[in-house]
Amino acid sequence: MHLIRYNEIVAERVGMMIVEAPYVAEHRKAGQFIILIIDEFGERVPFTIADADSKEGTITIYYQIVGKSTDKLSTLKAGDFIKDIAGPLGHATEIKKYGTVLCIGGGIGMAPLYPIAEAMKSAGNRLLGVLGSRNSSLLILEDPFKKICDEFLLFTDDGSAGEKGFVTHGLEQFSSGGKIDLVVAIGPVPMMKAVSDMTKVTGIPTLVSLNSIMVDGTGMCGGCRVTVGGKTLFTCVDGPEFDAHEVDFDELMMRHKTYRKEEAESHELHRHKCRLDGMI
Amino acid sequence: MNKEKQIMPEQKPEERIKNFDEVSLGFSSDMAVLEAQRCLQCKNSPCVQGCPVNVNIPAFISKIRDEKFLDAYGIIKGTNSLPAVCGRVCPQESQCEERCVLRNKFGSVSIGKLERFVADHERNTENVLEIRDTEKTGKRVAVVGSGPAGLTAAGELISMGHDVTVFEALHSPGGVLVYGIPEFRLPKDIVHYEIDALVRAGVEIVTNRVIGISESLDDLLEKYDAVFIGTGAGLPSFLNIPGENLQGVYSANEYLTRINLMKAYMFPEYDTPVIRGRRVTVLGGGNVAMDSARTALRLGSEEVHLVYRRSMEEMPARTEEIHHAEEEGVIFDLLANPVEFLGDENGHLKSVRCIRMQLGAPDDSGRRRPTEVEGSEFEIETDVAIVAVGNGPNPIVQRSTPGMETSRRGNIVVDGRTMRTSKKGVFAGGDIVSGAATVIEAMGAGRNAASSIDEYLKTGQW
Repeated sequence: MHLIRYNEIVAERVGMMIVEAPYVAEHRKAGQFIILIIDEFGERVPFTIADADSKEGTITIYYQIVGKSTDKLSTLKAGDFIKDIAGPLGHATEIKKYGTVLCIGGGIGMAPLYPIAEAMKSAGNRLLGVLGSRNSSLLILEDPFKKICDEFLLFTDDGSAGEKGFVTHGLEQFSSGGKIDLVVAIGPVPMMKAVSDMTKVTGIPTLVSLNSIMVDGTGMCGGCRVTVGGKTLFTCVDGPEFDAHEVDFDELMMRHKTYRKEEAESHELHRHKCRLDGMI
Repeated sequence: MNKEKQIMPEQKPEERIKNFDEVSLGFSSDMAVLEAQRCLQCKNSPCVQGCPVNVNIPAFISKIRDEKFLDAYGIIKGTNSLPAVCGRVCPQESQCEERCVLRNKFGSVSIGKLERFVADHERNTENVLEIRDTEKTGKRVAVVGSGPAGLTAAGELISMGHDVTVFEALHSPGGVLVYGIPEFRLPKDIVHYEIDALVRAGVEIVTNRVIGISESLDDLLEKYDAVFIGTGAGLPSFLNIPGENLQGVYSANEYLTRINLMKAYMFPEYDTPVIRGRRVTVLGGGNVAMDSARTALRLGSEEVHLVYRRSMEEMPARTEEIHHAEEEGVIFDLLANPVEFLGDENGHLKSVRCIRMQLGAPDDSGRRRPTEVEGSEFEIETDVAIVAVGNGPNPIVQRSTPGMETSRRGNIVVDGRTMRTSKKGVFAGGDIVSGAATVIEAMGAGRNAASSIDEYLKTGQW
């Protein structure tokens, strides 16, 4: 059982949780993730580790409320418990001095991106940052990210914060401003695909972190399989980061829809039950 | 002599496909005694030679005959730490029962069913698990993986006085016994009972810990005097045909894990979903394929096909599982092989295209090699397809451990007698060494490794 220290909504339909997981806090590296099971009925849900405090024995995760599990997560309070946390899982990001690294975060993707950006900066890279979301109420980690970036650009689809536009505009601006040695892009699949399509043309090596549907997270079920360079790989143990230019994003988007029907049904039932119970 | 083989009562097919309860209901005491009376108590006991852990079969059967069921249990437990499990999932027809002298004329003694009876009797009525007070050696052993090999090794090592910590990647220990084998064939309460017994005996079990990712094997070697690796064959093989990543195509591991471990059959009460196809097609002919097909029926599928490239004769599944699947209404498409999965414009699986096969000359495995019949392609309409064509060794520990010798297929290489790997202090056994095999063989390997580890810890000699 893992004690929740903090759990609040920090942006529109985005929650941030600090939870005790001393083993994960001690062993995790940037880019790795956990699998969490809320309670005895819970599914195994992967979350990237956004931050960790090994002294306190805690980790920080961000979640977007999209279905039953994340809805359940958002109703928990400090002092409640999470049943299981497995991890750290997946490969850590290869942190080294590349030269100039451009980190592009979209929406909730900023949570996994931030520790990578931080580590890249510490490794002596010049850090460029682009952050984007649909509107200003969805932004997370804007200030800390801005603080560690040598140069930073902010975009919203509606112009409610920063410039009006998409993260790809930021990529264009930085690309014309000088040499970029590595792009790390984490966000919604269409965003990562758009970034990847552009850097493929300009030949900038690009990493993306994928959020495939998973079950065990240990390479045993193959549910998170993704086509990379024409080969089937498992996001959980071969990733979660891959060479963006080799990833079949269309297939990934298609596989993301697998349980749309079941999830809608389960979420609706849950909300109905909560309304009856007077929880929301 | 009582020649009449006792028939174990079972749930009727039309009833059992509506639930996940165990199919076989077990012998009553009277039936067990009658069945035990069939045993001829052969002096040379051929049955024992057929058992990978050499259970003293005539001895335990003789105790059943005398209605000394707990004594019988004690005899089995001496060499087999999981009798309730083995009595249910061992392929007895190709092991002990194959060698029974009654086999040809009267049918073998139902050794597996008797073993199961004895273990169930102990669990349900007596529940007298002895905890031996052994002197502690002060040595610490880490066991990686809590499947049959790891659990057996842990049980043996704790009884030898060593401190044992078992590391399990999932949130529930048991390995394939909990994620793979369905409830209707092996109730999970039985597995939990066996694991509780180990915990009561002093074994520490750490779940949610993936050795090889979160920590390396070398990290463990700094904290433990020896390590046993029993990480199993958990890497699903795929067919590598077009359309395999469509929505609705599962590996058997994923399908069964969602249902057995995560209880997707009780969705939405439980949060994990699984697609309940109206029509389901299983690809493969082993026990896992049978488990998948029978599970699909229980989820309410109207039509479940099983596509296998050879004929019934070559099918690797246990006879009992094939029989149960047939009784329950699984449609066998034999001598057929999948060539492509076809989907709709949204990426949902619609059908699987197969081709007819014919059997040619025997191949390396001694089985007749199937070849395609040209122009014989046909389609099976299906919403869900389950790929059950085997599992490779779980690669996580090997690929994060420099200096660990592996085979071309990725299995850990060990000395066949001592179960030692190429790395000092590290032993391995079960499917991770042999490739996918049976529960009892993995247990045999775990047992051998434990005695070899004990010897190493005592002498320090490698």
